[in-house]
Amino acid sequence: MKISIFLALAIGALPLPSQVAHESILKGATESGDWLTYSGNYSAHRHSPLKQIDESNAPRLKPAWAYQTNSMQRFETTPLVSGGVMYISEPPSHVTALDARTGRPLWKYRRVIPDDIRVCCGAVNRGVALLGDLIFIGTVDAHLVALSAKTGVVQWDVSVANYKGGYSITGAPLAVKDKIVVGVSGGEYGVRGLLDAYDAKTGKRAWRFWTIPGPGEKGNETWKGDSWKSGSAATWVTGAYDPDTNLLYWGTGNPGPDWNGDVREGDNLYSDCLLALDADTGTLKWYFQFTPHDVHDWDATEVPVLVEGEVRGRKRKLVVFPNRNAFYYVLDRTTGEFILGKPYAKQTWAKGLDDKGRPIRLPGTFPTVEGTKVWPAVAGANNWYSPSYSPSTGLLYVSVREAGSVYFIGEAEFKEGERFDGGGFRSVPGEDESGAVRAFNPVNGQLAWEYRLFSPPWAGLLSTAGGLVFGGTNEGQFFALGAKTGKLLWRFQAGGAARSNPMSYLSGGKQYIAMTMGSSLYAFGVE
Amino acid sequence: MIWWAPILLFQISQALDLPAVEKNPFTSPADVSAGKRLYAGRCGGCHGPTGDGGKGANLGVPVLPRAADDRTLYRVIRYGLTETEMPGTYLTQRELWQVVAFVRTLGQVERGPVTGDAARGEELLRGKGGCLQCHSIGMEGSQMAPPLTEIGSRRGPGHLRGKLLDPASDMPDQYRMVELATKDGKKFNGIRLNEDTWSIQARDFSGKPHTFEKQDLTELRVVRRTPMPSYRERLDGREIDDVVAYLSGLRSNP
Ligand code: HEC
Ligand code: HEC
Repeated sequence: MKISIFLALAIGALPLPSQVAHESILKGATESGDWLTYSGNYSAHRHSPLKQIDESNAPRLKPAWAYQTNSMQRFETTPLVSGGVMYISEPPSHVTALDARTGRPLWKYRRVIPDDIRVCCGAVNRGVALLGDLIFIGTVDAHLVALSAKTGVVQWDVSVANYKGGYSITGAPLAVKDKIVVGVSGGEYGVRGLLDAYDAKTGKRAWRFWTIPGPGEKGNETWKGDSWKSGSAATWVTGAYDPDTNLLYWGTGNPGPDWNGDVREGDNLYSDCLLALDADTGTLKWYFQFTPHDVHDWDATEVPVLVEGEVRGRKRKLVVFPNRNAFYYVLDRTTGEFILGKPYAKQTWAKGLDDKGRPIRLPGTFPTVEGTKVWPAVAGANNWYSPSYSPSTGLLYVSVREAGSVYFIGEAEFKEGERFDGGGFRSVPGEDESGAVRAFNPVNGQLAWEYRLFSPPWAGLLSTAGGLVFGGTNEGQFFALGAKTGKLLWRFQAGGAARSNPMSYLSGGKQYIAMTMGSSLYAFGVE
Repeated sequence: MIWWAPILLFQISQALDLPAVEKNPFTSPADVSAGKRLYAGRCGGCHGPTGDGGKGANLGVPVLPRAADDRTLYRVIRYGLTETEMPGTYLTQRELWQVVAFVRTLGQVERGPVTGDAARGEELLRGKGGCLQCHSIGMEGSQMAPPLTEIGSRRGPGHLRGKLLDPASDMPDQYRMVELATKDGKKFNGIRLNEDTWSIQARDFSGKPHTFEKQDLTELRVVRRTPMPSYRERLDGREIDDVVAYLSGLRSNP
């Protein structure tokens, strides 16, 4: 079923991929210019320490090369770069190794996908993981595959879950120590959510955490009757990891069915949660639920960002979380204690949060047959795309969406492998939607600056030590702002919507910024 | 994990989620009334509570030009019509079929005859109404306002009447007028064609397109307002009926 195509291996002296050890990933994106994990480092900062490109020369940025995918599906990958080779995923579940300086392909892995896969929102992929001399990809038919980083040849291929039951994989796996952690999609198919870890060498499953507790387990009582069985709580966005606490921080998705909560009365744990799991065993250390009994499809599958900060005079290890539900959260990442939460975009569904961080819901905000107008929109104030934290400015950068939706309730009868969403939504007629890049003090959530965008963005941000923040628009522009000032320094019309996250790397001693726009991957540099 | 793009940008593979059967398996009276309830919430706002059209097409016709058979109607409801204001709708397969069943009943309802005289309507539109100063029909007229060539397939008579009497009441979602002034002192008024964070494209009243960089502007107002005059005083009730009759007959050839 799976074929690999070798390309261009004969072209001169190509850089050879080097072994990537857990210790290298631990250092994060460093001055060496590699980018070894989805978010750049385990703290999910999506920050590059490179500073060849800075505020003074950013206006001279130019595309150095572009690589086009043949797919009409969205191209959502974050490239990884190691030793001069760039590893990207392409929709639906392909992998390509490119020479990072020229964009020329070195090898390709092309997976044959069954035509009855269950994907709610496109057969897409957000990136690969790298460990040792292997590349790892999760596939839309819910497999985890290990490829040789040198050749793209399959080393092992395991089924994570049955795709016919509604599972798929679209997120980038996370390599931690000797394991590959991978989450699943399926929140619109009533799957039972799970997070898995596999031995990187053998593909043997090391642990599994069900995001919905089974009968007799704590939390199962937060589901009416058997509704836990089809409760979703998928895990489709890559989390973060803290080597000191040895905890993984991973968000979970909406409860199923999305918009009809009547069939699953209760808080519906662990949907819409941030989970803190022991990285060796998958044991739950703590959880925090942002939206108990969600009826708006506000997955907590955003990227958790780990920062250190002083709270009431005490230095604390924090995890911060701009949630899809339009509230910004600061938690203690050792204990899960709620420290702060406040709206960072327009919201009309909650009066506020109580002192435990639980939302105080406003009446009349649940979906109805006639439709209920609520902010934020179904896609939320933030979504799967990445925020960025710059240690040099101390600011957290977030692509914020300002929009509402009209939410409908519909019937919800579960049949395995079929859509199970119990309603729908529509944009609010006559309302202008908009977006912004907002820079926050991560510890107190205070706004430092904002740069307004015409429409709600679908792209994440990258900050660099060169004092820049990169982002993209739906209208096809890729742009750079001053990280301190929020001033526009450069923009480029790339001809296709930004639907992914930027990253930065060095090749041949030169800094590049990479980003997919439309169906092309661009690398930008200065002459 | 839905993280949809705006409705017009829906990119969901249409190969998925299509019914295997050709014939609607849900047509019992209970299904039709379930379909009616769903229709009221999801469709009625645009197509009118009884389906005689509004902002959306008149569904009260014996044959729907773009949804002649049930499977096509199912698909139109599920995925919408691309590049139009007709959105896709998320419903379960059964709900979709129930809406199909209800929409089919709309075609069987006796409708009052269209009262106006279409030929007189055409005369009014070209003459006294001055509609072609702004609109076009086929290649004739001005490009400043939306073409009326196939308006009868898109909008119901009730909506067309409303448009003539009170043009500002129910405008297309994306329609905006632009008023701006440039740093070198020029003023411009027109109709927005497109916009992004840094630039705006607009048509002037002669129909010519322009692009402005927002950084070169001292003033920019993008407003939901229409230059179309109300015909409440300009045409009498009969004449309005006549124009509506003419517009309703301007249809695409199926
Ligand atoms: C936001 C407004 C809107 C909503 C909501 C909407 N429609 Fe439509 N619909 C339209 C418009 C406008 C058209 C005509 C599109 C065009 O040609 O530009 C249309 C066209 C159609 C057509 C094609 C008619 C033909 O000419 O063959 C059908 C059928 C239809 N709609 C059914 C539905 C149903 C059923 C629903 C509810 C599930 C629905 N629509 C919801 C606006 C809407
Ligand atoms: C001064 C220019 C002007 C004149 C004169 C004018 N219109 Fe319009 N009309 C517009 C503009 C601009 C719009 C689009 C904005 C809106 O919906 O109001 C419009 C919208 C419409 C629409 C809705 C189009 C759609 O796609 O939904 C109809 C129908 C219409 N006009 C009919 C007429 C008729 C019939 C006349 C003559 C009796 C007329 N108009 C005269 C400018 C004009």
